[in-house]
Amino acid sequence: MTRDRLTAAAMLAPSVILVGIFVYGFIAWSVRVSLSDWQGLIPSYNFVGLENFTQLIFHDRRFHIGIRNTGMFSLVFLGGAIVLGLMLAILLDRKLPAENLFRSIFLFPMAVSFIVTGVVWRWLMNPALGTRMSGLNLLFDQLGLDFLVNQWHMTGPPWGIAFIGIPAMWQMTGFAMALFLAGLRSIPEDLREAARVDGASEFQLYVRVIIPLLRPALLSVVIILGHISLKIFDLIIAMTGRQIALDVPAIYMWTTTFDANNFNRGAAIGLLLLLSVAVLVIPYLWYSRRQETEL
Amino acid sequence: MSAPAVAEPRPDVLPRRPRTRLRQVRKRGLRVVGVAVLVFMAAFFLLPIYVMLITGLKSFQEVSLATMWNLPEGLHFENFLAAFQALRPNLLNSLMLTIPAAIGSAILGSFNGYVLSKWQFRGSETVFTLLLFGMFIPYQSILIPLVQFMQQINLYGGLPGLVLVHIVYGIPITTLIFRNYYASVPKELVESSRIDGADMFRTYRYIMLPLSAPGFAVVLIWQFTNIWNEFLFAIVLTRPASWPVTVALNNLAGSQIVEWNVQMAGALLAALPTLIVYILLGRFFVQGLMAGAVKG
Repeated sequence: MTRDRLTAAAMLAPSVILVGIFVYGFIAWSVRVSLSDWQGLIPSYNFVGLENFTQLIFHDRRFHIGIRNTGMFSLVFLGGAIVLGLMLAILLDRKLPAENLFRSIFLFPMAVSFIVTGVVWRWLMNPALGTRMSGLNLLFDQLGLDFLVNQWHMTGPPWGIAFIGIPAMWQMTGFAMALFLAGLRSIPEDLREAARVDGASEFQLYVRVIIPLLRPALLSVVIILGHISLKIFDLIIAMTGRQIALDVPAIYMWTTTFDANNFNRGAAIGLLLLLSVAVLVIPYLWYSRRQETEL
Repeated sequence: MSAPAVAEPRPDVLPRRPRTRLRQVRKRGLRVVGVAVLVFMAAFFLLPIYVMLITGLKSFQEVSLATMWNLPEGLHFENFLAAFQALRPNLLNSLMLTIPAAIGSAILGSFNGYVLSKWQFRGSETVFTLLLFGMFIPYQSILIPLVQFMQQINLYGGLPGLVLVHIVYGIPITTLIFRNYYASVPKELVESSRIDGADMFRTYRYIMLPLSAPGFAVVLIWQFTNIWNEFLFAIVLTRPASWPVTVALNNLAGSQIVEWNVQMAGALLAALPTLIVYILLGRFFVQGLMAGAVKG
Protein backbone atom coordinates (compact mmCIF):
# COMPACT_ATOMS: atom_id res chain seq x y z
CA MET A 1 0.00 0.00 0.00
CA THR A 2 2.61 2.55 1.00
CA ARG A 3 4.82 1.32 -1.83
CA ASP A 4 1.96 1.97 -4.20
CA ARG A 5 1.62 5.44 -2.80
CA LEU A 6 5.31 6.05 -3.38
CA THR A 7 4.94 4.83 -6.95
CA ALA A 8 1.96 7.16 -7.47
CA ALA A 9 3.98 10.06 -6.12
CA ALA A 10 6.89 9.13 -8.38
CA MET A 11 4.63 9.06 -11.44
CA LEU A 12 3.15 12.43 -10.63
CA ALA A 13 6.35 14.09 -9.45
CA PRO A 14 7.99 15.00 -12.79
CA SER A 15 4.87 16.82 -13.98
CA VAL A 16 4.20 18.52 -10.67
CA ILE A 17 7.79 19.72 -10.45
CA LEU A 18 7.95 20.87 -14.06
CA VAL A 19 4.60 22.67 -14.00
CA GLY A 20 5.47 24.03 -10.56
CA ILE A 21 8.61 25.64 -11.96
CA PHE A 22 7.49 26.55 -15.48
CA VAL A 23 4.06 27.89 -14.57
CA TYR A 24 3.92 28.96 -10.93
CA GLY A 25 7.61 29.62 -10.34
CA PHE A 26 7.91 31.63 -13.52
CA ILE A 27 4.78 33.64 -12.74
CA ALA A 28 6.32 34.53 -9.38
CA TRP A 29 9.56 35.49 -11.11
CA SER A 30 7.62 37.63 -13.60
CA VAL A 31 6.04 39.42 -10.66
CA ARG A 32 9.51 40.22 -9.36
CA VAL A 33 10.60 41.53 -12.79
CA SER A 34 7.42 43.58 -13.12
CA LEU A 35 8.16 45.35 -9.83
CA SER A 36 11.74 46.14 -10.84
CA ASP A 37 13.58 48.77 -12.86
CA TRP A 38 15.01 46.25 -15.34
CA GLN A 39 15.45 48.02 -18.66
CA GLY A 40 18.36 47.06 -20.87
CA LEU A 41 20.27 43.87 -21.44
CA ILE A 42 21.58 43.40 -17.92
CA PRO A 43 18.99 42.19 -15.40
CA SER A 44 18.31 44.57 -12.58
CA TYR A 45 15.91 43.86 -9.76
CA ASN A 46 15.71 47.12 -7.83
CA PHE A 47 12.24 47.34 -6.38
CA VAL A 48 10.13 50.16 -7.78
CA GLY A 49 6.72 49.12 -6.50
CA LEU A 50 3.74 49.18 -8.83
CA GLU A 51 5.21 51.93 -11.00
CA ASN A 52 5.29 49.79 -14.17
CA PHE A 53 1.64 48.91 -13.73
CA THR A 54 0.41 52.43 -12.99
CA GLN A 55 2.43 53.73 -15.93
CA LEU A 56 0.71 51.24 -18.26
CA ILE A 57 -2.78 51.67 -16.86
CA PHE A 58 -2.84 55.45 -16.56
CA HIS A 59 -0.33 56.86 -19.04
CA ASP A 60 0.58 54.43 -21.80
CA ARG A 61 -1.36 55.27 -24.97
CA ARG A 62 -0.11 52.23 -26.84
CA PHE A 63 -1.40 49.98 -24.08
CA HIS A 64 -4.78 51.72 -24.19
CA ILE A 65 -4.99 51.25 -27.96
CA GLY A 66 -4.14 47.60 -27.42
CA ILE A 67 -6.96 47.12 -24.93
CA ARG A 68 -9.45 48.84 -27.20
CA ASN A 69 -8.28 46.67 -30.10
CA THR A 70 -8.59 43.49 -28.04
CA GLY A 71 -12.13 44.48 -27.09
CA MET A 72 -13.15 45.22 -30.67
CA PHE A 73 -11.50 42.06 -31.96
CA SER A 74 -13.13 39.91 -29.27
CA LEU A 75 -16.56 41.33 -30.02
CA VAL A 76 -16.39 40.50 -33.73
CA PHE A 77 -14.61 37.19 -33.27
CA LEU A 78 -16.73 35.83 -30.41
CA GLY A 79 -20.01 37.24 -31.67
CA GLY A 80 -19.43 35.92 -35.17
CA ALA A 81 -18.19 32.51 -34.09
CA ILE A 82 -21.10 32.04 -31.67
CA VAL A 83 -23.83 33.11 -34.10
CA LEU A 84 -22.39 31.21 -37.08
CA GLY A 85 -21.45 28.19 -34.98
CA LEU A 86 -24.93 27.96 -33.50
CA MET A 87 -26.54 28.32 -36.91
CA LEU A 88 -24.35 25.60 -38.42
CA ALA A 89 -24.94 23.29 -35.46
CA ILE A 90 -28.72 23.65 -35.72
CA LEU A 91 -28.59 22.97 -39.46
CA LEU A 92 -26.39 19.92 -39.03
CA ASP A 93 -28.61 18.64 -36.25
CA ARG A 94 -31.57 18.59 -38.65
CA LYS A 95 -30.26 15.53 -40.47
CA LEU A 96 -29.59 17.29 -43.75
CA PRO A 97 -27.63 15.36 -46.40
CA ALA A 98 -23.84 14.98 -46.25
CA GLU A 99 -23.77 15.96 -42.59
CA ASN A 100 -20.37 14.38 -41.95
CA LEU A 101 -18.75 16.05 -44.94
CA PHE A 102 -20.04 19.48 -43.93
CA ARG A 103 -18.92 18.99 -40.34
CA SER A 104 -15.43 18.01 -41.49
CA ILE A 105 -15.23 21.08 -43.73
CA PHE A 106 -16.29 23.46 -40.95
CA LEU A 107 -13.77 21.94 -38.54
CA PHE A 108 -10.69 21.64 -40.71
CA PRO A 109 -9.38 25.19 -40.14
CA MET A 110 -8.79 24.16 -36.51
CA ALA A 111 -6.01 21.89 -37.78
CA VAL A 112 -4.21 24.83 -39.43
CA SER A 113 -1.94 27.31 -37.66
CA PHE A 114 -2.82 30.95 -37.11
CA ILE A 115 0.33 31.76 -39.10
CA VAL A 116 -0.89 29.90 -42.19
CA THR A 117 -4.33 31.47 -41.77
CA GLY A 118 -2.75 34.89 -41.45
CA VAL A 119 -0.53 34.50 -44.51
CA VAL A 120 -3.44 33.44 -46.71
CA TRP A 121 -5.94 35.95 -45.40
CA ARG A 122 -3.44 38.73 -45.74
CA TRP A 123 -3.70 38.18 -49.50
CA LEU A 124 -7.44 37.63 -49.42
CA MET A 125 -7.81 40.93 -47.56
CA ASN A 126 -5.41 42.82 -49.77
CA PRO A 127 -6.47 46.44 -49.34
CA ALA A 128 -5.15 47.71 -52.69
CA LEU A 129 -7.82 49.35 -54.85
CA GLY A 130 -8.20 50.24 -58.52
CA THR A 131 -6.04 48.39 -61.03
CA ARG A 132 -4.02 46.70 -58.29
CA MET A 133 -7.12 45.21 -56.74
CA SER A 134 -6.86 41.57 -55.67
CA GLY A 135 -8.11 39.02 -53.19
CA LEU A 136 -11.68 39.24 -51.94
CA ASN A 137 -12.07 42.78 -53.26
CA LEU A 138 -11.32 41.49 -56.75
CA LEU A 139 -13.79 38.64 -56.27
CA PHE A 140 -16.50 41.05 -55.12
CA ASP A 141 -15.73 43.28 -58.08
CA GLN A 142 -15.98 40.39 -60.53
CA LEU A 143 -19.25 39.22 -58.97
CA GLY A 144 -20.75 42.70 -59.20
CA LEU A 145 -20.75 43.14 -55.43
CA ASP A 146 -18.74 46.39 -55.57
CA PHE A 147 -20.40 47.76 -52.46
CA LEU A 148 -18.51 45.13 -50.44
CA VAL A 149 -15.11 46.31 -51.66
CA ASN A 150 -13.24 47.83 -48.74
CA GLN A 151 -9.88 48.42 -47.09
CA TRP A 152 -10.24 45.56 -44.61
CA HIS A 153 -7.83 45.71 -41.68
CA MET A 154 -6.11 48.70 -43.25
CA THR A 155 -9.23 50.73 -42.58
CA GLY A 156 -8.03 53.30 -40.07
CA PRO A 157 -8.46 52.85 -36.33
CA PRO A 158 -10.60 51.96 -34.50
CA TRP A 159 -12.30 49.68 -37.05
CA GLY A 160 -9.32 48.03 -38.77
CA ILE A 161 -8.81 45.43 -36.05
CA ALA A 162 -12.44 44.30 -36.38
CA PHE A 163 -11.62 42.79 -39.78
CA ILE A 164 -8.98 40.55 -38.26
CA GLY A 165 -11.89 38.96 -36.43
CA ILE A 166 -12.98 37.47 -39.77
CA PRO A 167 -10.05 35.08 -40.30
CA ALA A 168 -10.18 34.28 -36.58
CA MET A 169 -13.83 33.40 -37.06
CA TRP A 170 -12.95 31.34 -40.10
CA GLN A 171 -10.54 29.39 -37.96
CA MET A 172 -12.60 28.84 -34.80
CA THR A 173 -16.27 28.77 -35.83
CA GLY A 174 -16.05 25.02 -36.31
CA PHE A 175 -15.08 24.68 -32.67
CA ALA A 176 -18.18 26.56 -31.50
CA MET A 177 -20.23 24.48 -33.90
CA ALA A 178 -18.85 21.21 -32.51
CA LEU A 179 -19.65 22.20 -28.93
CA PHE A 180 -23.15 23.38 -29.80
CA LEU A 181 -23.76 20.24 -31.82
CA ALA A 182 -22.74 18.06 -28.87
CA GLY A 183 -25.13 20.10 -26.73
CA LEU A 184 -27.97 19.68 -29.21
CA ARG A 185 -27.39 15.95 -29.44
CA SER A 186 -27.69 15.62 -25.67
CA ILE A 187 -31.19 17.14 -25.64
CA PRO A 188 -33.65 14.22 -25.53
CA GLU A 189 -36.02 13.88 -28.48
CA ASP A 190 -38.98 13.59 -26.03
CA LEU A 191 -38.48 17.19 -25.03
CA ARG A 192 -38.83 18.39 -28.61
CA GLU A 193 -41.84 16.16 -29.14
CA ALA A 194 -43.47 17.46 -26.00
CA ALA A 195 -43.02 21.04 -27.16
CA ARG A 196 -44.42 20.20 -30.59
CA VAL A 197 -47.44 18.47 -29.05
CA ASP A 198 -48.01 21.59 -26.99
CA GLY A 199 -48.32 23.43 -30.29
CA ALA A 200 -44.95 25.18 -30.42
CA SER A 201 -43.74 26.08 -33.92
CA GLU A 202 -40.21 25.02 -34.89
CA PHE A 203 -39.04 28.59 -34.38
CA GLN A 204 -40.57 28.78 -30.92
CA LEU A 205 -39.13 25.36 -30.15
CA TYR A 206 -35.60 26.67 -30.75
CA VAL A 207 -35.98 30.05 -29.11
CA ARG A 208 -37.92 28.93 -26.04
CA VAL A 209 -36.70 25.39 -25.41
CA ILE A 210 -33.55 24.34 -27.21
CA ILE A 211 -31.31 27.42 -27.18
CA PRO A 212 -31.82 28.00 -23.43
CA LEU A 213 -30.74 24.40 -22.88
CA LEU A 214 -27.47 25.12 -24.71
CA ARG A 215 -26.30 27.47 -21.98
CA PRO A 216 -23.53 25.14 -20.68
CA ALA A 217 -22.18 24.74 -24.22
CA LEU A 218 -22.34 28.51 -24.70
CA LEU A 219 -20.40 29.01 -21.48
CA SER A 220 -17.65 26.68 -22.68
CA VAL A 221 -17.49 28.44 -26.04
CA VAL A 222 -17.27 31.89 -24.43
CA ILE A 223 -14.54 30.82 -22.01
CA ILE A 224 -12.39 28.98 -24.55
CA LEU A 225 -12.74 31.46 -27.40
CA GLY A 226 -12.61 34.37 -24.94
CA HIS A 227 -9.24 33.37 -23.57
CA ILE A 228 -7.90 32.74 -27.07
CA SER A 229 -9.12 36.20 -28.00
CA LEU A 230 -7.33 37.84 -25.07
CA LYS A 231 -4.11 36.06 -26.05
CA ILE A 232 -4.39 36.61 -29.81
CA PHE A 233 -0.89 37.11 -31.20
CA ASP A 234 0.25 34.93 -34.13
CA LEU A 235 -2.67 35.82 -36.38
CA ILE A 236 -2.09 39.55 -36.13
CA ILE A 237 1.67 39.17 -36.55
CA ALA A 238 1.20 37.08 -39.70
CA MET A 239 -1.38 39.44 -41.17
CA THR A 240 0.11 42.81 -40.41
CA GLY A 241 3.67 42.57 -39.26
CA ARG A 242 3.70 45.13 -36.47
CA GLN A 243 1.52 48.19 -36.76
CA ILE A 244 0.61 50.28 -33.78
CA ALA A 245 -2.93 50.75 -35.13
CA LEU A 246 -3.47 46.98 -34.95
CA ASP A 247 -1.52 46.42 -31.75
CA VAL A 248 -2.74 44.25 -28.88
CA PRO A 249 -1.15 43.79 -25.42
CA ALA A 250 0.19 40.34 -26.36
CA ILE A 251 2.21 41.89 -29.19
CA TYR A 252 3.16 44.98 -27.20
CA MET A 253 4.63 42.69 -24.53
CA TRP A 254 6.75 40.93 -27.13
CA THR A 255 8.09 44.03 -28.85
CA THR A 256 8.73 46.08 -25.72
CA THR A 257 10.57 43.16 -24.12
CA PHE A 258 12.64 41.70 -26.93
CA ASP A 259 13.07 44.70 -29.23
CA ALA A 260 13.21 47.57 -26.76
CA ASN A 261 14.57 45.63 -23.74
CA ASN A 262 11.93 47.03 -21.40
CA PHE A 263 11.80 43.81 -19.43
CA ASN A 264 9.97 45.32 -16.47
CA ARG A 265 7.21 46.71 -18.66
CA GLY A 266 6.98 43.47 -20.62
CA ALA A 267 6.56 41.47 -17.42
CA ALA A 268 3.85 43.86 -16.23
CA ILE A 269 1.91 43.51 -19.50
CA GLY A 270 2.23 39.72 -19.33
CA LEU A 271 0.85 39.70 -15.80
CA LEU A 272 -2.06 41.99 -16.69
CA LEU A 273 -2.87 39.57 -19.50
CA LEU A 274 -2.67 36.70 -17.04
CA LEU A 275 -5.00 38.56 -14.70
CA SER A 276 -7.59 39.09 -17.43
CA VAL A 277 -7.49 35.42 -18.41
CA ALA A 278 -7.64 34.33 -14.76
CA VAL A 279 -10.77 36.41 -14.15
CA LEU A 280 -12.38 34.57 -17.04
CA VAL A 281 -11.08 31.06 -16.42
CA ILE A 282 -10.76 30.51 -12.66
CA PRO A 283 -14.51 30.75 -11.87
CA TYR A 284 -15.15 28.39 -14.76
CA LEU A 285 -12.57 25.86 -13.63
CA TRP A 286 -13.84 26.04 -10.08
CA TYR A 287 -17.43 25.71 -11.18
CA SER A 288 -16.86 22.76 -13.49
CA ARG A 289 -14.64 20.89 -10.98
CA ARG A 290 -17.27 21.34 -8.31
CA GLN A 291 -20.03 20.26 -10.62
CA GLU A 292 -18.14 17.10 -11.36
CA THR A 293 -17.69 16.10 -7.73
CA GLU A 294 -21.41 16.54 -7.23
CA LEU A 295 -22.19 14.12 -10.05
CA MET B 1 -70.13 3.36 -23.51
CA SER B 2 -70.69 0.61 -26.08
CA ALA B 3 -69.25 -0.23 -29.50
CA PRO B 4 -70.92 2.35 -31.85
CA ALA B 5 -69.36 5.25 -30.02
CA VAL B 6 -65.90 3.99 -30.97
CA ALA B 7 -66.79 3.82 -34.66
CA GLU B 8 -67.87 7.45 -34.77
CA PRO B 9 -65.59 9.51 -37.06
CA ARG B 10 -63.27 11.76 -35.12
CA PRO B 11 -64.10 15.25 -36.26
CA ASP B 12 -60.60 16.61 -35.95
CA VAL B 13 -58.89 14.23 -38.38
CA LEU B 14 -60.18 15.43 -41.75
CA PRO B 15 -59.84 19.20 -41.56
CA ARG B 16 -56.29 18.87 -40.32
CA ARG B 17 -54.93 17.20 -43.42
CA PRO B 18 -54.33 20.23 -45.67
CA ARG B 19 -52.50 21.94 -42.86
CA THR B 20 -50.10 19.05 -42.40
CA ARG B 21 -49.47 19.02 -46.14
CA LEU B 22 -48.71 22.73 -46.04
CA ARG B 23 -46.41 22.01 -43.16
CA GLN B 24 -44.62 19.36 -45.17
CA VAL B 25 -44.13 21.68 -48.14
CA ARG B 26 -42.78 24.33 -45.83
CA LYS B 27 -40.54 21.79 -44.17
CA ARG B 28 -39.11 20.70 -47.51
CA GLY B 29 -38.59 24.33 -48.46
CA LEU B 30 -36.72 24.91 -45.21
CA ARG B 31 -34.54 21.89 -45.91
CA VAL B 32 -33.56 23.30 -49.29
CA VAL B 33 -32.71 26.65 -47.69
CA GLY B 34 -30.76 24.80 -45.01
CA VAL B 35 -28.68 22.90 -47.53
CA ALA B 36 -28.09 26.09 -49.52
CA VAL B 37 -26.76 27.83 -46.40
CA LEU B 38 -24.50 24.86 -45.65
CA VAL B 39 -23.14 24.86 -49.20
CA PHE B 40 -22.49 28.60 -49.09
CA MET B 41 -20.70 28.30 -45.75
CA ALA B 42 -18.67 25.33 -46.98
CA ALA B 43 -17.55 27.46 -49.93
CA PHE B 44 -16.50 30.21 -47.52
CA PHE B 45 -14.52 27.72 -45.44
CA LEU B 46 -12.81 26.19 -48.46
CA LEU B 47 -12.02 29.51 -50.14
CA PRO B 48 -8.52 29.92 -48.66
CA ILE B 49 -7.62 26.33 -49.57
CA TYR B 50 -8.85 26.94 -53.11
CA VAL B 51 -6.72 30.07 -53.43
CA MET B 52 -3.62 28.39 -52.02
CA LEU B 53 -4.06 25.46 -54.35
CA ILE B 54 -4.74 27.26 -57.63
CA THR B 55 -2.07 29.86 -56.96
CA GLY B 56 0.43 27.16 -56.15
CA LEU B 57 -0.34 25.26 -59.34
CA LYS B 58 0.14 28.21 -61.71
CA SER B 59 3.32 28.87 -63.66
CA PHE B 60 5.41 31.89 -62.71
CA GLN B 61 4.34 33.71 -65.89
CA GLU B 62 0.71 33.01 -65.21
CA VAL B 63 0.71 34.34 -61.69
CA SER B 64 -0.77 37.78 -61.36
CA LEU B 65 -2.81 39.41 -58.65
CA ALA B 66 -5.34 40.55 -61.24
CA THR B 67 -6.13 36.98 -62.29
CA MET B 68 -5.95 35.57 -58.78
CA TRP B 69 -9.28 33.74 -59.02
CA ASN B 70 -8.76 32.19 -62.45
CA LEU B 71 -8.02 28.49 -62.68
CA PRO B 72 -4.47 27.56 -63.74
CA GLU B 73 -3.93 26.79 -67.42
CA GLY B 74 -2.20 23.51 -66.72
CA LEU B 75 -0.39 22.01 -63.80
CA HIS B 76 2.87 23.58 -62.73
CA PHE B 77 4.73 22.81 -59.57
CA GLU B 78 7.41 25.49 -59.63
CA ASN B 79 5.72 27.49 -56.85
CA PHE B 80 5.66 24.47 -54.59
CA LEU B 81 9.24 23.63 -55.49
CA ALA B 82 10.41 27.15 -54.72
CA ALA B 83 8.50 27.15 -51.44
CA PHE B 84 9.78 23.70 -50.54
CA GLN B 85 13.35 24.76 -51.20
CA ALA B 86 12.91 27.74 -48.91
CA LEU B 87 11.15 25.83 -46.14
CA ARG B 88 12.76 22.38 -46.28
CA PRO B 89 15.11 22.76 -43.30
CA ASN B 90 12.28 24.26 -41.27
CA LEU B 91 9.82 21.50 -42.14
CA LEU B 92 12.48 19.10 -40.94
CA ASN B 93 12.95 21.12 -37.73
CA SER B 94 9.21 21.04 -37.12
CA LEU B 95 9.21 17.28 -37.49
CA MET B 96 12.14 16.82 -35.13
CA LEU B 97 10.46 19.13 -32.65
CA THR B 98 6.92 17.82 -32.86
CA ILE B 99 7.44 14.08 -32.63
CA PRO B 100 9.51 13.87 -29.42
CA ALA B 101 7.53 16.65 -27.75
CA ALA B 102 4.21 14.98 -28.53
CA ILE B 103 5.46 11.61 -27.27
CA GLY B 104 7.02 13.09 -24.13
CA SER B 105 3.93 15.03 -23.11
CA ALA B 106 1.72 12.03 -23.88
CA ILE B 107 3.73 9.75 -21.58
CA LEU B 108 3.64 12.22 -18.70
CA GLY B 109 -0.06 12.85 -19.29
CA SER B 110 -0.73 9.14 -19.19
CA PHE B 111 1.10 8.80 -15.84
CA ASN B 112 -0.80 11.71 -14.36
CA GLY B 113 -4.14 10.63 -15.75
CA TYR B 114 -3.72 7.17 -14.24
CA VAL B 115 -2.83 8.46 -10.79
CA LEU B 116 -5.43 11.21 -10.78
CA SER B 117 -8.28 8.95 -11.89
CA LYS B 118 -7.51 5.63 -10.18
CA TRP B 119 -5.27 6.53 -7.22
CA GLN B 120 -6.92 9.62 -5.91
CA PHE B 121 -5.54 10.93 -2.68
CA ARG B 122 -6.41 13.81 -0.44
CA GLY B 123 -5.75 16.94 -2.46
CA SER B 124 -5.51 15.15 -5.80
CA GLU B 125 -8.35 17.28 -7.17
CA THR B 126 -6.44 20.41 -6.24
CA VAL B 127 -3.29 19.10 -7.91
CA PHE B 128 -5.35 18.38 -11.01
CA THR B 129 -6.88 21.86 -11.09
CA LEU B 130 -3.48 23.48 -10.57
CA LEU B 131 -2.03 21.45 -13.43
CA LEU B 132 -5.02 22.32 -15.61
CA PHE B 133 -4.69 26.06 -15.09
CA GLY B 134 -1.35 25.88 -16.89
CA MET B 135 -3.11 25.41 -20.20
CA PHE B 136 -4.95 28.71 -20.02
CA ILE B 137 -2.15 31.08 -19.05
CA PRO B 138 -1.01 33.61 -21.63
CA TYR B 139 2.58 32.58 -22.22
CA GLN B 140 3.61 36.24 -22.23
CA SER B 141 3.27 36.06 -18.46
CA ILE B 142 6.11 33.54 -18.15
CA LEU B 143 8.16 34.44 -21.20
CA ILE B 144 10.90 36.49 -19.57
CA PRO B 145 11.75 33.96 -16.82
CA LEU B 146 11.49 31.20 -19.42
CA VAL B 147 14.13 32.80 -21.63
CA GLN B 148 16.40 33.43 -18.63
CA PHE B 149 15.94 29.88 -17.40
CA MET B 150 16.63 28.31 -20.78
CA GLN B 151 19.79 30.39 -21.12
CA GLN B 152 20.79 29.36 -17.62
CA ILE B 153 20.49 25.63 -18.38
CA ASN B 154 22.07 26.07 -21.82
CA LEU B 155 19.02 25.02 -23.77
CA TYR B 156 18.31 28.39 -25.33
CA GLY B 157 18.36 28.70 -29.11
CA GLY B 158 18.06 25.10 -30.25
CA LEU B 159 15.49 22.41 -30.74
CA PRO B 160 16.06 20.36 -27.55
CA GLY B 161 15.06 23.35 -25.44
CA LEU B 162 11.92 23.90 -27.46
CA VAL B 163 11.08 20.20 -27.13
CA LEU B 164 11.36 20.49 -23.34
CA VAL B 165 9.16 23.59 -23.29
CA HIS B 166 6.46 21.94 -25.38
CA ILE B 167 6.53 18.85 -23.19
CA VAL B 168 6.04 20.94 -20.06
CA TYR B 169 3.27 23.17 -21.38
CA GLY B 170 1.59 20.16 -22.96
CA ILE B 171 1.20 18.43 -19.57
CA PRO B 172 -2.14 20.12 -18.66
CA ILE B 173 -4.04 19.06 -21.76
CA THR B 174 -2.55 15.57 -21.96
CA THR B 175 -3.32 15.01 -18.27
CA LEU B 176 -6.88 16.17 -18.78
CA ILE B 177 -7.49 13.90 -21.74
CA PHE B 178 -5.93 10.83 -20.11
CA ARG B 179 -7.65 11.41 -16.80
CA ASN B 180 -11.03 11.47 -18.51
CA TYR B 181 -10.10 8.51 -20.61
CA TYR B 182 -8.98 6.39 -17.67
CA ALA B 183 -12.02 7.45 -15.63
CA SER B 184 -14.10 5.44 -18.10
CA VAL B 185 -12.07 2.28 -17.42
CA PRO B 186 -14.02 0.20 -14.84
CA LYS B 187 -12.63 0.34 -11.32
CA GLU B 188 -13.06 -3.43 -11.00
CA LEU B 189 -10.30 -3.98 -13.52
CA VAL B 190 -7.79 -2.14 -11.36
CA GLU B 191 -9.05 -3.75 -8.16
CA SER B 192 -8.96 -7.31 -9.46
CA SER B 193 -5.43 -6.76 -10.69
CA ARG B 194 -4.44 -5.65 -7.20
CA ILE B 195 -6.13 -8.67 -5.64
CA ASP B 196 -4.05 -10.79 -8.00
CA GLY B 197 -1.05 -9.24 -6.29
CA ALA B 198 0.05 -6.74 -8.91
CA ASP B 199 1.39 -3.50 -7.53
CA MET B 200 0.40 -0.09 -8.74
CA PHE B 201 2.91 0.24 -11.55
CA ARG B 202 2.39 -3.31 -12.81
CA THR B 203 -1.34 -2.60 -12.96
CA TYR B 204 -0.54 0.44 -15.07
CA ARG B 205 1.90 -1.45 -17.27
CA TYR B 206 -0.17 -4.58 -17.85
CA ILE B 207 -3.79 -3.44 -17.45
CA MET B 208 -4.04 0.27 -18.25
CA LEU B 209 -1.38 0.72 -20.89
CA PRO B 210 -2.72 -2.01 -23.21
CA LEU B 211 -6.11 -0.30 -22.98
CA SER B 212 -4.63 3.14 -23.72
CA ALA B 213 -4.23 3.03 -27.49
CA PRO B 214 -7.27 5.22 -28.27
CA GLY B 215 -6.23 7.68 -25.55
CA PHE B 216 -2.72 7.89 -26.97
CA ALA B 217 -4.15 8.37 -30.45
CA VAL B 218 -6.19 11.36 -29.31
CA VAL B 219 -3.36 12.90 -27.28
CA LEU B 220 -0.62 12.34 -29.86
CA ILE B 221 -2.68 13.75 -32.70
CA TRP B 222 -3.78 16.72 -30.65
CA GLN B 223 -0.26 17.49 -29.49
CA PHE B 224 1.22 16.94 -32.94
CA THR B 225 -1.20 19.50 -34.37
CA ASN B 226 -0.72 22.02 -31.57
CA ILE B 227 3.06 21.87 -31.48
CA TRP B 228 3.39 21.90 -35.26
CA ASN B 229 1.27 25.06 -35.36
CA GLU B 230 2.87 26.87 -32.42
CA PHE B 231 4.65 30.17 -32.99
CA LEU B 232 5.38 32.24 -29.87
CA PHE B 233 7.75 29.85 -28.07
CA ALA B 234 9.44 29.02 -31.35
CA ILE B 235 10.19 32.62 -32.29
CA VAL B 236 11.37 33.58 -28.82
CA LEU B 237 13.42 30.49 -27.98
CA THR B 238 15.11 29.41 -31.22
CA ARG B 239 17.77 30.83 -33.49
CA PRO B 240 17.15 30.89 -37.27
CA ALA B 241 18.91 27.56 -37.87
CA SER B 242 16.41 25.84 -35.57
CA TRP B 243 13.29 27.69 -36.67
CA PRO B 244 10.27 25.47 -37.12
CA VAL B 245 8.11 26.04 -40.17
CA THR B 246 5.65 28.52 -38.61
CA VAL B 247 8.43 31.02 -37.87
CA ALA B 248 10.06 30.48 -41.26
CA LEU B 249 6.75 30.92 -43.07
CA ASN B 250 6.01 34.12 -41.21
CA ASN B 251 9.46 35.33 -42.16
CA LEU B 252 8.90 34.35 -45.79
CA ALA B 253 5.59 36.21 -45.83
CA GLY B 254 7.14 39.30 -44.31
CA SER B 255 9.92 39.55 -46.85
CA GLN B 256 9.60 41.86 -49.82
CA ILE B 257 11.60 39.62 -52.14
CA VAL B 258 9.48 36.47 -51.99
CA GLU B 259 6.55 36.51 -54.41
CA TRP B 260 3.05 36.12 -53.02
CA ASN B 261 2.47 32.95 -55.04
CA VAL B 262 5.45 31.29 -53.35
CA GLN B 263 4.10 32.46 -50.00
CA MET B 264 0.76 30.82 -50.76
CA ALA B 265 2.44 27.58 -51.81
CA GLY B 266 4.55 27.75 -48.65
CA ALA B 267 1.46 28.23 -46.50
CA LEU B 268 -0.07 25.11 -48.01
CA LEU B 269 3.14 23.13 -47.47
CA ALA B 270 3.30 24.26 -43.84
CA ALA B 271 -0.33 23.26 -43.31
CA LEU B 272 -0.11 19.97 -45.18
CA PRO B 273 1.13 17.62 -42.42
CA THR B 274 -1.58 18.61 -39.95
CA LEU B 275 -4.20 18.67 -42.71
CA ILE B 276 -3.29 15.15 -43.77
CA VAL B 277 -3.49 13.96 -40.18
CA TYR B 278 -6.87 15.67 -39.89
CA ILE B 279 -8.20 14.09 -43.07
CA LEU B 280 -7.01 10.60 -42.11
CA LEU B 281 -7.55 10.68 -38.35
CA GLY B 282 -9.99 13.54 -37.86
CA ARG B 283 -12.09 11.52 -35.43
CA PHE B 284 -9.30 11.52 -32.84
CA PHE B 285 -8.55 15.18 -33.46
CA VAL B 286 -12.15 16.15 -32.78
CA GLN B 287 -12.12 14.07 -29.58
CA GLY B 288 -9.09 16.04 -28.42
CA LEU B 289 -10.88 19.25 -29.30
CA MET B 290 -13.90 18.36 -27.22
CA ALA B 291 -11.77 17.11 -24.34
CA GLY B 292 -10.02 20.45 -24.16
CA ALA B 293 -13.30 22.31 -23.86
CA VAL B 294 -15.47 20.24 -21.58
CA LYS B 295 -13.77 20.22 -18.25
CA GLY B 296 -13.97 17.22 -16.00
